[in-house]
Amino acid sequence: MSRQIGEVILDLKNVSLSFGGVKALTDISFDVREHEIRAIIGPNGAGKSSMLNVINGVYRPQQGDIILRGRRFSRMNPYEAAKAGISRTFQNIALFKGMNVIDNLMTGRNLKIRSNLIQQAFWWGPARREELAHRAKVEEVIDFLEIQHIRKTPVGRLPYGLQKRVDLGRALAMEPSILLLDEPMAGMNVEEKQDMCRFILDVNDQFGTTIVLIEHDMAVVMDISDRVVVLDYGKKIGDGAPDEVRANPEVITAYLGASH
Amino acid sequence: MGFFLETLIGGLMAGMLYSLVALGFVLIFKASGVFNFAQGAMVLFAALAMARFAVWIPDWLGIGNPALANTLAFLAAGALMFVVAWLIERLVLRHLVNQEGATLLMATLGIAYVLEGVGTSLFGSDIYKIDVGMPKEPVMILEGSFEGGLLINKEDFVAALIAAVLVGLLALFFQKTATGRALRAVADDHQAAQSIGIPLNRIWVIVWCVAGVVALVAGVIWGSKLGVQFSLATVALRGLPVVILGGLTSIPGAIIGGLIIGVGEKLSEVYLGPMIGGGIEIWFAYQLALVFLLFRPQGLFGEKIIDRV
Repeated sequence: MSRQIGEVILDLKNVSLSFGGVKALTDISFDVREHEIRAIIGPNGAGKSSMLNVINGVYRPQQGDIILRGRRFSRMNPYEAAKAGISRTFQNIALFKGMNVIDNLMTGRNLKIRSNLIQQAFWWGPARREELAHRAKVEEVIDFLEIQHIRKTPVGRLPYGLQKRVDLGRALAMEPSILLLDEPMAGMNVEEKQDMCRFILDVNDQFGTTIVLIEHDMAVVMDISDRVVVLDYGKKIGDGAPDEVRANPEVITAYLGASH
Repeated sequence: MGFFLETLIGGLMAGMLYSLVALGFVLIFKASGVFNFAQGAMVLFAALAMARFAVWIPDWLGIGNPALANTLAFLAAGALMFVVAWLIERLVLRHLVNQEGATLLMATLGIAYVLEGVGTSLFGSDIYKIDVGMPKEPVMILEGSFEGGLLINKEDFVAALIAAVLVGLLALFFQKTATGRALRAVADDHQAAQSIGIPLNRIWVIVWCVAGVVALVAGVIWGSKLGVQFSLATVALRGLPVVILGGLTSIPGAIIGGLIIGVGEKLSEVYLGPMIGGGIEIWFAYQLALVFLLFRPQGLFGEKIIDRV
């Protein structure tokens, strides 16, 4: 592999999050290094999605810090996160269903658009050139994900597996430095899972994108991740390389259920 | 035949004006999923501002030319609608991100009362007129083809033309520009839109500004037809059946829905009226909307509501 795992790019320190009396996350700390694939696993309700939503700024933790490239945030917001190069996909696909695939991907370019409203309204020189440049970039993503044949289909009509792929495409169109994937393979058949795995590995390898992913399929996680964090009932119970985690007795009881 | 065409054209032109009002609803619903009850109040507010500025500005600046005075008044009223949009976002919407639709609906109801109140206390509650030099006299066309020709109301014709151009421009803006795309994205899914770095606040200001301009144009057109008075706020009610018919999320739907209702009203009044008594025009649109609610609740062009189980 050409990629080289680098310094810590994202560091979470003592993050606690609760909704009313329910503690979703308790004192969680872990870091993510540049160019690595970092997985978050745990049984249902362990707080995995909450963790991702904290990184992305959807949820605001009551305690703890998020340190992104040395900059400390006590809380993120989704806009700041997007500007800082964090993009994400959603567990229950959150595409813009009325739009076609190209338009969905083009929305991912939104932050990079420089022309102003007036220029766009008149489809004026700079705005037009810019639109074409972004379109070219979007076509690259489309080629990369092998979805040329559905470019102009409204995403609401696509089958689930392809919607997942478009969701990834929109995140990629942002050219993120950190990509958060919320159960990218949930509900997919074996073939679709293999495709998705390949895309994730290729993104990581070709673009050097740091990937944080949540996934249920243990085989997949152990296969593609560099390091794994294990959560259970909102607490961190394991952290390390896949083999270490697999051997961790606490993880085995909590998650793998191999003790009985 | 000539009479039928005359009725049809009259209906189409009236329909275009309904479309314009309906468009205000559709714009805001598309971008924020909020049914904006304040649209009627915005029309009234904009029309009041226009009517008063058209009188005040010549006084302040000593301008004698009515065309210039009207242009300045229109720009001033437009600017005021921008301020209104900004205040609505700042004071109301910003605090209600990710809330239930019903909450937002109630908020717009509140905005409606505030706008009506502030509007009348700023501009007074008399009946004003807007005179932007719309031609009033009717014309005869196609006298060669039909006996007696077709009688067309010029004012309606100009109004319909203005509405058509505005609607066309907005449709293009939504479909073809990056900002339009961002607006549609926000309409579909707030959270996803935020995650790709679309700033919700800015988008909302833009869309309320656009809705404000649409309200202004509607206010000027209706105001110069009917006079600017409190009942102008109820003009928006005529847009309701249009959006139900056309679909709350579709700009073409607002246009076609408006046309269908305009034509339907006029034709039914003329041809069914004698049989079941007059006054059909008043309730026809609502009756049609009711039928649509029963059989096609998403409207003609609205996005179908499908829930994945």
